[in-house]
Amino acid sequence: MKPAPFSYLRPTTLDEALAALAEHANAKVLAGGQSLLPLLSMRLAAPAVLVDVNRVPGLDEVRSDEDGVAFGALVRHAALERDADARRVQPLLGRALRLVAHPTIRSQGTTVGSLAHADAAAEMPMVLTLLGGHVTAASVRGERRIEADDLYVGPLESCLEHDEMLTGAWVPALPARTGAAIDEISRRHGDYALVGVASLVSVGESGAVESVRAGYLSVSDTPLVVDLSEAFADGEMSPGNLAAAVEVASAAIEPDADIHATADYRRHLAGVLTRRVVAAAHASLTTEGVS
Amino acid sequence: MTDTAHETHEVDLVVNGAAHRIDVPARKLLSDAIRQDCGLTGTHVGCEHGVCGACTVLVDGTPARSCLMLAVSADGRDVTTVEGLTEPGDRLSPVQQAFKECHGLQCGYCTPGMVMSAIDLCTHHPKSSETEVRALLDGNMCRCTGYQNIVKAVMMGGEAMASGQPIKTAETA
Repeated sequence: MKPAPFSYLRPTTLDEALAALAEHANAKVLAGGQSLLPLLSMRLAAPAVLVDVNRVPGLDEVRSDEDGVAFGALVRHAALERDADARRVQPLLGRALRLVAHPTIRSQGTTVGSLAHADAAAEMPMVLTLLGGHVTAASVRGERRIEADDLYVGPLESCLEHDEMLTGAWVPALPARTGAAIDEISRRHGDYALVGVASLVSVGESGAVESVRAGYLSVSDTPLVVDLSEAFADGEMSPGNLAAAVEVASAAIEPDADIHATADYRRHLAGVLTRRVVAAAHASLTTEGVS
Repeated sequence: MTDTAHETHEVDLVVNGAAHRIDVPARKLLSDAIRQDCGLTGTHVGCEHGVCGACTVLVDGTPARSCLMLAVSADGRDVTTVEGLTEPGDRLSPVQQAFKECHGLQCGYCTPGMVMSAIDLCTHHPKSSETEVRALLDGNMCRCTGYQNIVKAVMMGGEAMASGQPIKTAETA
């Protein structure tokens, strides 16, 4: 199918872009377009105006320091995935980006666009939430910082107002003595995952497990993070504790059935991946060195 | 407010080195503009929502799904389609020749997208492993040839581009 007709604006400054969004109530921001264009072509969305921000300067930078990684609204998934400093400061970013769609989609799609699209089946909203990052939203009324926990309010729905656009996002650095891993199961490479899990595992100076948190894809309406630490109260990364963690996770998730998988199957996969990914995050502490 | 249904935009594209000035509605996809307005039908349109990869082209040298880009967004950009790969004397490019030698196509519908994805890999990473080739091609669907010969073709094309040696064909062997 083809998109319904719309008006097209291509501002060359952020102020012009924000003015356009303020003026038109039924406008959408076009960045990489890798989620928006399919929605338009399938006529699941029919905005009156598209505001193409691709020529707005200053939105394509990645800046990493010891605190975290900041990236602008026009940073493509592929550019963030390739950024050596970003990968070093927060290794989960690169590991997750490799699972986003296909290489050709990643060369055009933007990570901030994916965050704004607010799909609980997409990797990056969940990763932002697990890491405790934030986004910056701008409008003619000013700029505000939105914590990941507050950003997602429903299926494909964020708390952004119609006149706001995301100009960038920030994720904190991987803390000391913390390991990160992500994995997912999908029917074909690059498809939306039936279930995906990412995990952060922190250990104390003695090596005892202190904190285990996991983020889940495709098992809830909004990105879901579950604290699994209670299952590791004795500080051990043991098969028994991993089994207990699966129980904790299973009670927290609410998978739906669709034509690809029953709810029970998704729950099963969430358990398998919880065990696998938490163990991998812990194992990465020894292979990558504790610092 | 302009009349949205009749709003058109003048768009300058350089396609395979040739300048095209086209007048298109904002909603026209780059894939349709390449085929209908530039008259280059080598770019195939399959799913039209970014899943099948048949419409892959290079935009400013980077692979892109032309069905996931508006023609108007591509204003001023440099586009390469499968027609742009042909070498002087109407010879096939090494990657295309490799597809022929390896029987990397049957019906040919997915082939332009496969070749354009492969060009990027073969140009930047000519000595890719089979695993890397398969990872690249996971965004391109084929429904008849099967992927074995396509993977072989991409690897042969990459080797030929790296070595600069022409591929031995049935005719030249």
